[in-house]
Amino acid sequence: MAYPVIKLKRGYDLLIEGEAEEKIIPLPEVPTTVAIKPTDFLGIRPIPKLLKKEGSIKAGEPLFYDKDYGEELTWTAPASGEIVEIRRGPKRRIEEIVILLDKEQDYYEHETSLDSAETVRKALLASGLWALMVQRPYGLVPRPDEKPDAIFMSMFDTHPLAPRLEFLVKDYEDDFLAGWEALKKLADGLPIFLGYSADRSHEDIFLSLNGNNVRKYFFSGPHPSGNVGIHIHHLFPTYKGARKVWTIKPQYLVWWGRLFRKGIVDLTTKIALTAHEVKEPAFYETIAGVNVKALLKGQLKNDHVRVISGNVLTGTKIDPEKGHVSIKDNMVTVIPEGDFPEFHGWILTHYPKPSISRTFLSGVLYHLGLSVKYKVNTKLHGEPRPFVVTGEYEQVTPMDLYPQHLLKAIIVKDLDLMEQLGIHEVVEEDLALCEFVCTSKTPVQKILREGIEFFRHEVG
Amino acid sequence: MMKRLTDSLWNFLQTKVKPHFTKGGKFENLYYLYEAIETFLFLPPEVTHDKPGTHVRDGMNLKRLMIHVVFALIPPMLFGIWNIGHQHFLAIGEYTGLTEGFIDKFIVGIKVFLPILIVIMAVGGTIEVLFAIIRKHPVTEGFLVTGPLIALIVPPTIPLWMVAVATAFAVTFGKEIFGGTGMNIVNTALLARAFLFFAYPAHMSGDQVWIYLGEAADKLVDGFSGATPLAIAAEGGYQALKSFSYQSYGFWDMFFGWIPGSIGETSTLAILLGAGLLLHTGVADWRIMASMLLGGIFTALLFNAFPANDYMALPWYYHLVMGGFAFGLVYMATDPVTSASTFTGKWVYGFLIGVVALIIRVLNPAYPEGVMLAILLGNVSAPLIDHLVIKSYISRRERQVSTITTASQTTEQKTVKEASHA
Repeated sequence: MAYPVIKLKRGYDLLIEGEAEEKIIPLPEVPTTVAIKPTDFLGIRPIPKLLKKEGSIKAGEPLFYDKDYGEELTWTAPASGEIVEIRRGPKRRIEEIVILLDKEQDYYEHETSLDSAETVRKALLASGLWALMVQRPYGLVPRPDEKPDAIFMSMFDTHPLAPRLEFLVKDYEDDFLAGWEALKKLADGLPIFLGYSADRSHEDIFLSLNGNNVRKYFFSGPHPSGNVGIHIHHLFPTYKGARKVWTIKPQYLVWWGRLFRKGIVDLTTKIALTAHEVKEPAFYETIAGVNVKALLKGQLKNDHVRVISGNVLTGTKIDPEKGHVSIKDNMVTVIPEGDFPEFHGWILTHYPKPSISRTFLSGVLYHLGLSVKYKVNTKLHGEPRPFVVTGEYEQVTPMDLYPQHLLKAIIVKDLDLMEQLGIHEVVEEDLALCEFVCTSKTPVQKILREGIEFFRHEVG
Repeated sequence: MMKRLTDSLWNFLQTKVKPHFTKGGKFENLYYLYEAIETFLFLPPEVTHDKPGTHVRDGMNLKRLMIHVVFALIPPMLFGIWNIGHQHFLAIGEYTGLTEGFIDKFIVGIKVFLPILIVIMAVGGTIEVLFAIIRKHPVTEGFLVTGPLIALIVPPTIPLWMVAVATAFAVTFGKEIFGGTGMNIVNTALLARAFLFFAYPAHMSGDQVWIYLGEAADKLVDGFSGATPLAIAAEGGYQALKSFSYQSYGFWDMFFGWIPGSIGETSTLAILLGAGLLLHTGVADWRIMASMLLGGIFTALLFNAFPANDYMALPWYYHLVMGGFAFGLVYMATDPVTSASTFTGKWVYGFLIGVVALIIRVLNPAYPEGVMLAILLGNVSAPLIDHLVIKSYISRRERQVSTITTASQTTEQKTVKEASHA
């Protein structure tokens, strides 16, 4: 059966050395702690209401809730153990709740059933796995009392060094399919859009997902063609907040499936350790949210590195000693810090730097269609400047959108213009490439998030 | 070896020099002057730090962008220097052949051009740094390009004090009062030229200013004329251009550029070389170049079709190699700050400039050349053009939403297009 293919031309594939090999290697050290980061869940207050502040806790036992979302939606412990630390940031906001892992995992029992949309909804809310969904517009945790107009799931990830999603669900096929059934139940007849890649081959486990309300589309083109925001924009636009869409990543369905099959929250997953500062880039099988030190031991080529939970475009920097991988991330990227001066580095190229600009050999090669992998670092490669170049953001944004004009509207806080230029249609990851390419080194994602929050606050 | 040298230079700057310029140091007010020098010598070690934000950035930056425009200016600059000398010796009947006296011609050209460039860079640079220090912002790279541009669009005989005044005016009132690089409405270099043009018209137009004579003013050959092809065409059209006796003003002469004119504008070939670099690197937008070219050709063809006077009958391709059309098209109209910012807008903007440039050039008897005024007009129209493009985008998207809400449950979309402003 032929499915529609949506060809996207604009974008950029940032190719980095050190792709994780698709094999599971043993952990260099037994993980000692896991953490859940309330900051991963947008839409909740900086200080959620803790149900347990200390003592032992079982995996899946309610841990905190948010006043705005109501007590029905609880976030639960990612693993069993003892709550040892609540790390706070500025203004006492809770950044991490750290649990010292038990040797044997002990699971809190949830009553679940796949009978109806309502039972699925209840189980997801009580287990905290509800919060893995993201609502568009704004990129927030969906509200328990709302219903979307559609559900979107992207079946591939085009971010730099991102793992193949089929590999993430491999060995957990039964759980994944049970999770898929739960999603269909939850959709309750609403359309579920699945976005596949037309450039890569997919395995049957993904291709065989079916249902009356399931619509499949294929996308071709460079990153961000795998971003669900791009799919929504082309298939079911949320322009001006006309519709609500919920999104979820396929790998989370594995956890949903375990919840419905066994009644437990078991966040066992695969985490890829990637990029060229890693000795053996490969996958670990462990609990989501573990302390990153357990993954890194003996794996780093040098010490002066940045450890990123997630990918280099949208991930967050974590401390290699004390940090934890985000529960929502299935990869850790390690790249060198670029905090060294470069003699006349703005004109001389001391080493290959990835760029879309054809003033670099790398840009010329890219435009010729040659894929070359690069060693990257965290250097800003310049100084922040006012907007000068135009048309640059458009080159990497395969959407009917004017990203630079939207950013300017945000900067001048023009609410009408923000709405008209599509603030409902984008979240940080969709414009991350704009930030990467920006000649003026504008913090695009930061401005966008501040704009979204301002808009949400003013308009509601 | 090189690495050790640069490392010790860096350490010297950081430990011995920088402390004087940071807070509490002797020259703390001059911090941004120091910063400008440091960032010129070294790409700073600053790393990505925004949250949320990308951890890796493209190697591109504004300095690199600007220096590529400067590279692209080298062919017209070198040719212009030679041509100053060539026109000089032609006027006194020495080295009349193109290949003769290359070195002498070049030396004369350098003697004329270098002072102009130095004055501009000194005046403009000083003002930039002053503003940076007073307003406490980094020295931006804009003037790196603006300076050479001003030098290339003035006649070789321009008095240095005039260039200084014009540069000071343009940098201050054209750019800095708007907030500096990236904030200006009109192209700074063109504003400097416009200032000269209206303040000192005798030194910017006519037959006397385009050829540097210097000491040789009394040794001129018989039949000498300093008239540019534009002036001759404006008076007598195609016929006058063909029968001009002092030197040959054929199409190829103008294409190669051994004709009098502003320093950098005469050689279309040299400008094409620069355009090649700008287009290859993607530093200048091809849409603006293409649309201005189309606008110019379209208008010239229209004149050819209804030749009410001799000038209008001038073959269309002559207009592309005469005067400042090519230079304005490649280096001036494409300035990203002052041109339209939307793709559609760029097409409209470029086309508008092409049309207006030719209208002023051919139909307006007061100004022999229209490119400068056309681009300035384009600059001030660019925000309006963008506004209209954005407005039409918004109404198109709003129609899309209204069809969504009327057909609420029909989610299938038959046609899916990539952004239509591609």
